[in-house]
Order: sequence, then C-alpha cells, then structure tokens
Amino acid sequence: MCGIVGLYLKNKALESQLGALFTPMLIAMTDRGPDSAGFAIYGDEVADGSTKLTLRHPDENYDWDCLASAIKDDLGVTVEWFKNSKVAVFKVGAEVDVVQPYLAENAADILILSAGQSIEILKEVGLPKNIAETFNLASMKGSHIIGHTRMATESAVTMEGSHPFSTGQDLCLVHNGSLSNHNRLREELKREGVTFQTDNDSEVAAGYLTNRLRKGDTLNEALTNALKDLDGFFTFTIGTRDGFAVVRDPIACKPAVMAETDDYVAMASEYQALTTLPGIENAKVWEPEPETIYVWERDQ
Amino acid sequence: MKTIDLQKHTVRDLNQALHDQVEECTIREWEVLEPKGQHNIACGLDQNLSVDIKGHAGYFCAGMNKKAHVTIFGNAGQGVAENMMSGTVRVKGDASQAAGATAHGGLLVIEGNAGARCGISMKGVDIVVKGNVGHMSCFMGQAGSLVVCGDAGDALGDSLYETHIYVKGSVKSLGADCIEKEMRAEHIDELTDLLNRAGVEEDPKAFKRYGSARQLYNFKVDNASAY
Repeated sequence: MCGIVGLYLKNKALESQLGALFTPMLIAMTDRGPDSAGFAIYGDEVADGSTKLTLRHPDENYDWDCLASAIKDDLGVTVEWFKNSKVAVFKVGAEVDVVQPYLAENAADILILSAGQSIEILKEVGLPKNIAETFNLASMKGSHIIGHTRMATESAVTMEGSHPFSTGQDLCLVHNGSLSNHNRLREELKREGVTFQTDNDSEVAAGYLTNRLRKGDTLNEALTNALKDLDGFFTFTIGTRDGFAVVRDPIACKPAVMAETDDYVAMASEYQALTTLPGIENAKVWEPEPETIYVWERDQ
Repeated sequence: MKTIDLQKHTVRDLNQALHDQVEECTIREWEVLEPKGQHNIACGLDQNLSVDIKGHAGYFCAGMNKKAHVTIFGNAGQGVAENMMSGTVRVKGDASQAAGATAHGGLLVIEGNAGARCGISMKGVDIVVKGNVGHMSCFMGQAGSLVVCGDAGDALGDSLYETHIYVKGSVKSLGADCIEKEMRAEHIDELTDLLNRAGVEEDPKAFKRYGSARQLYNFKVDNASAY
C-alpha cells in the first residue's frame, strides 16, 4: 500500500515552517504505511564545490567528531556537522566524488543516505509519528520536502528497505506502487555506472532518473522517458535541488491528490493528509491525470 | 435537522446513527461537518434521509446507498456511491476513480469531473457527469446510463453489455466492442429525462450515443454449445 506526501513552497516566507506544515501530513498517512517512514528535505544549501551528506551509523553513540576530524586532516578540507538521532549531517568543503570514495574506504560501516548541496534524507523503522519526533521534523526549515510511509510487502521491514531512496546528488523519489521491469533496468543502469544499495524496485526508478538527468535531460524530459521505460504501477513524487514533480502511470490505479495555492503545492496519496495545510479550504484540489507530468521549479 | 461534526465524532458513530433510522425514522435531515477526507462516510444507508456532507469526502462515500439522498459539498475519493441500490448521490466537486462502480440503481450526479473507471461494471444506476470522465469508464457496464457532458478518456465502454452511454464532448478512444450508435427519438427522450433529473442544462441533441456492438464471445450463440 504505502503513503506518499510532498510539499513544495512557493512562498519563501513559509520556509521556516516547512517541517511544522509537513509533520501532520506524514502522520496522516500512518494508515497506509505504519512500518517505517522517511523524508527528504531540501534547504540550507552548501556552496558550489562543497557537499552536504546525511550519514547514518547504527550506533547512536558513534563518534562523529572523530570522523569529522579525520576528514579534515586527511582531505585538508573544512567540515561542519550536526547530529540528529542516529544520523549526522556533514557539510564538507569538497566535491562529492572526493568525499564519497573517502568514506567508502575509511568508514565503511557508515551508510550514506543522501549527498548533494541541499538534500537531507532521514528515515527509520517505526510509526511515522515516532519518526517525526525522533528527528524533530516539526522544527525543520527548507524549501520543499517529500515523504513516504511504508507498508512492507515485498521485502523486510528494515532501515535499509525504508524509503525514500536517493541515487544521485540532490535527487529523491517516493513511490507508491510496484515496478515489474526493475531487475532488467537495474542491470542496464549498473552498466551505465549507477550504484544501488538495495534490490528495491523504487530505488531503480530513482536510479533511472539520476541516469537521465546526468545525461542532460531536464526533469520533464527525464520523466517523459520514465513513462516510456518503466513498466508497472506507480505514483511518484520527485524532489530535485530546485524542483518538485508528480507523475502517475497510464493506468493510474495508485491514488494521488494535489492541492495548490499561491503559497504552496502539496501532494498526497489521500486528501486526509492535506487537511491541515493553511488555506486548504480554498485551494485548488485535483486528482493528477494519468501519464501526465506535473513539475514546479524554482528560479535560481 | 441533526448536525454531526466528524472532528468530534467518529465516522462509525455517524454511520450507526444513520443506520438507527432504519427501524424508526425520527430525523430526516442530516448535516455532516468537517469530513476532512475521511473514508466510508454515510455508507450503507437504508432510509429516506437527506445527508449533506460539508467538505471533501474520502473513499467509498455513500457506498451501498438505498433510498437516501446524499450530497457532498466538495470532492469525493475513490468509489463514491459504489454498489448504490437506489436514492441519489450528488458530488458538487470532482470524484476520483471508480465512481458508481457496480451500482444497481439510483442516480449519481457529479458536477465536476470524474476520474478513471467511472461506472465500472454498473448494473442499473444512472450516472450524470457535468465534466469529463477518465479512462476505462463504463468498463463492462451491464445496465443503466452514463451521461458525460464533457469529454471521455481512453477505452470508453470496453466490453459493454446493455448500458447506454451519452457523451457531448470528445471521446479519446472507444474500448473493445463499443461503437457509436444512432440517436433515435427514444434516446433523446431518455437523455432529456436523465438531464432533468440531474438538474443539468444541456441540449440532448448535442450528444452522441455509444453502446455495445455485441460482437464479443458472450454475445455469440454458437458459443452456447460450450456449456
């Protein structure tokens, strides 16, 4: 089943309230996904040439300071970091292709949940309410956010199997549905250099978009290609550094509802998740059409 | 009139109170406030009641309705009025997919657009949609009528039996065994009556009629020997 939700702010004055507006949306989808939950939030960008990573270690008392000092000394770069439960956000003054190999070699027990200039991904096993509390979601600021509540059907209830997945810088996708050609696509994408952390179908969709965007597609073009190449049921909500998109497969049996005002665009599996948004009573509320791409992008 | 606020009472409380009217009807008019997209509102009614839902409803609103007149002052989620037997369900906004699915009787009016599979496997209900309907609408429709004042999506009327379909706008594509048919005087009369009952002002002459070509396996008498 699973629930997906997304909120993209058009009014920058609301950015300080992004987490507070989003928390009830995520919790409202508990009925659709009580096993695990997660979200990708965009904001607090690092400068060009720097990288922001969300890192996770299973030990809550892991010595992040020690890791930060090692990166500073070994790579000779600046490191700022803060901890949030079992996750730490690292802002490193180096390109991602320098930092990621370093971590793979020197801190192999750390899982990289996301990398980019803007994105932070936080996810855990448990009820959405508990996860929102664990990470203090309500206090978070940002420009846009997408989230997922999981009812596991095809694989175990684990942190690794929790959504959302990110396969490329600042790209994240949440998925309600199931893909039927993900095994073949995964192999093709691996040959083209995309790396995967799980054998989950949704991660393949994220990898597919990463690959298309790397090849120079716009978000709209990448999603147009996805409609041709992905086989199965899906409602996707996608976040990029400055974009937000929603697309459903041609059969459109997985639900989706959207709302738009002058202040925001919101997406959810069910309308119940949108009822706490300000001005929802007068918002334009509609069901996204099948095989139709909806994209919002920020001016740089 | 009785008013029930769904932020103060559960949907189960509401539905129980409505079902209690079957034995002895003490209150005819009901108003439901703050539905906030909750599922299964006003399901399984079996009494001549008027129920006004002031806001957006979730899945299966007014499902299995008998005799009652339910109006949703907002949008409805999946399966509004599914398996309705009689009475009237009116959606002031849009309806999601499978509106009026399998419904046997009564009248469903959608003043906005309906999503995919509107009237799927309908068995006698009359559905009038002021806006558009999505793909696979009226799939395996067995009886009743579907009126679409806007446009219809792909595969309209696939594998139809005896449902009458009237569309004013464009049809993206017709489903298997669905064809356009002549609009005769009796069809103008039927459509006029449907539009009047729905309170929709349209010229019946502007519509086209679609129905079953009766060419699929189950229509061929030669196949009867298989049983």
